[in-house]
Parts: sequence; C-alpha cells; structure tokens
Amino acid sequence: MSEQKIAKEKEPMFSAKVLKLLKNPLNLENPVTVQVLGICSALAVTVQMKPAIVMALSVTIVTAFASLIISALRNTIPSRIRIIVQLAVVAALVIIVDQVLKAYVYDVSKKLSVFVGLIITNCILMGRLEAYAMANKPWPSFVDGIGNGIGYGLILVIVAFFREFLGSGKFYGMSVIPKVFYEWGYMDNGLMILPPMALITIGVIIWVQRSRTKELQEK
Amino acid sequence: MENLFNLFVRSIFIDNMIFAYFLGMCSYLAVSKTVKTSVGLGAAVIFVLLVTAPVNWLIDHYLLRAGAMAWISPELADLDLSYLSFIIFIAVIAAIVQLVEMVVEKFSPSLYNALGIFLPLIAVNCAILGVALFVQEREYTTISEVTVYAVGSGVGWFLAIATLAAIREKITYSNIPKPLRGLGISFILTGLMAIAFMSFMGIKI
Repeated sequence: MSEQKIAKEKEPMFSAKVLKLLKNPLNLENPVTVQVLGICSALAVTVQMKPAIVMALSVTIVTAFASLIISALRNTIPSRIRIIVQLAVVAALVIIVDQVLKAYVYDVSKKLSVFVGLIITNCILMGRLEAYAMANKPWPSFVDGIGNGIGYGLILVIVAFFREFLGSGKFYGMSVIPKVFYEWGYMDNGLMILPPMALITIGVIIWVQRSRTKELQEK
Repeated sequence: MENLFNLFVRSIFIDNMIFAYFLGMCSYLAVSKTVKTSVGLGAAVIFVLLVTAPVNWLIDHYLLRAGAMAWISPELADLDLSYLSFIIFIAVIAAIVQLVEMVVEKFSPSLYNALGIFLPLIAVNCAILGVALFVQEREYTTISEVTVYAVGSGVGWFLAIATLAAIREKITYSNIPKPLRGLGISFILTGLMAIAFMSFMGIKI
C-alpha cells in the first residue's frame, strides 16, 4: 500500500527538473570550467582524442553509478566516515571498469592504464558525491552523475581536439593537414603537446565560455 | 645526509608536484584566492603527506609487495599482494584525512569554514595518492628517504599554491578582460608558471 502511495507522488522519470540536471553541467555548471573539478586528468589525457573519449566514457559511468550507490546508501552512512565509504565504492567501480576495458579494448586500456586508476582520485567524483548524491534521491543523483560526466567529457574532447590538431596535425589519429603545407614550411607546434599548454587551452575555453554567458563572470 | 638534502631540494623544485606532474590541481586552483586560506591548505597537505607516505611505505614494504611477508613465516614468501596497493593506499589516506578534518574543525573553525568542501577533497588530492605511488614506483629503500621525499613534495605544493595566491591577490588591481577574471586567468598564470618551472628539469643534482 505504502509503495503505491509513494509511486503516485513520484515525479515522472524525465521531469523538467531532471532534464535540467542533465543539461546544466554542459554549460552553466560545467564540472571543469565552472566547478573546477577533475583538472588533473583533463591535463594528462588530452594529448590525443581517442584516450580522451575513452576516459570521458569511463568517468561518466563511474560517476553515475557511484552517485546511484552512495545516494541509495546516504541515510545509513555515518557522516564521520563518509569519505572512506565513498572511496571504497568508487575504488570498487574503478576496478570493474578497469577489468572491462582490459577484457574488451586491451590496447586502449594499456594506453590508459595509469589514468583509469587515477579516476579514483578524480575530484569530480568526490565533488558530486559530497555536494549532490549525499543529499538527493538515487534517480536524480544518477542523472546528475551522467550529466557531469558528459560535461567533463565535452571539455576533454575540445581540449584534445586542439592539442592533437595543432600539436601533431592529426584528428582522431588521422593526419588532416596536407603534405603540401609542410613543404611550404608549416610546422606542428611541439609546445601544444607539453602539459602547460593544456592549462592555457582550458584558460582560453573559460574565456570564450564566460564572454558568451555573462552570469558566470567573476567580479 | 647529503643524499637526503639533494632529494629534498629535488622534490621541491625539479619534481614539483604541480608544475612537473600536474597533481592536485583541483584544490590548487579553487582555494588559491587568498594567501591565508592557501597557506592553511598547503600546511594541511604537508601534514597529510608527512603521515600518509611513511605509513603507506611501511604497508607496502612489509605486507604488499612480492615476498614482503617472508618475515611472518617462510610459507608466505611467494605471496604477492601488490594488486591491492591502490585500494589500501586510498583507504589509509582517507582515514588520515578524516582525522585531520576533525582536528581542524575542533581547533580552527574559521579555517574549517574557509576550506569548505576542499578539506574532504584532500583525500582525493591526486598529489597525496601520487606521492604514495611514486614512492612505490621509485623503490626508496629507507623510511627516512620516503619521509624526506614526502615532505619535499608537500613543501613544493605549498610553495606553488602560496605563489599563485599571492599573484592572484595582486592581480585583483589589474584590468583583466572581464570574462577572464578569476578562474580563467589563474589557468593561464599556472600555465606560464609551469613553463618557467620546466627550466628546472634539466638540472641534475
């Protein structure tokens, strides 16, 4: 009986509020450029597009399911030991993702091995778990995790696109700059491959984003 | 002794956690608004590193690595638990961070409020786990080496965040394009500082 009552009060699966959770992280609440979370991996995996995309997918999956699990457990976790519980859940999920990648896409997983492990210390996870999943119901938390994962992936792909294109003249591993250009004296910018340029690229992305959306500007 | 001093200097300047490895960037960028809070966070990072790195090294050395358990009994000599190192390191770090959080909340509520969400985030500060993994990877042999390396890395991180905070305090008086204010300019500043720090990389001590 009581279950039926709850079901009646429930919002529809994709209410406006839930859709907003999915849409906001893409721009207004982007995890990388607005919430400043998950910068370390954004710098490390963005030299090429392919690892960046696999990384973005893995982070999305781990964030979504970690949010789901933590949100389902949120009333039983004593707040004093919540960090350890959260990390245990995240570490377990990361180990699963790592094993799946090893089983199905072995060469990509070999390229990513260190970074997949570092998902555990990706601040997006802890940030969203602390700020959202600990205080909300499982379904919105799950959507929030997916939204933030996609917002993170979007920035990764943009940064990786520019670094791969300007740094090695390639797009997703294929050379796109015609040979003639090199004969005319065009050179790949080796500086783009070095980590400092990832920082500056993200800085420029923030610049562009904030000049388009005025409400994000800081005084 | 000389060796330890070299290790200390190298871990501060050449192997700087922020400028050479880009570890611990999230809290680095978000907390560096004023010198006072960033000094507090930097000190917390040094303290957490000082405690966690030796503890993790001891666990790795006497329990996890291949053949490490031979001191318990010869039968355990061929046991290799190193696949567990990741989850054990993070558990140790999380426990110690929780401890630090309680202590700070008790003794300095203003610092606790200023640090906000970033105190629990020290647990996932990549620099802390990074140091534990680097110690494992580089196979330091004595606990004094591990401690010196951990403190050096912490001091390097402290230095980086204090410097950025000082620059950001100064820069509030400059006329930066509006969309670039705050976060944007700190990214670009860090990039420029990192390029400057790359010049240390060639130095051999």
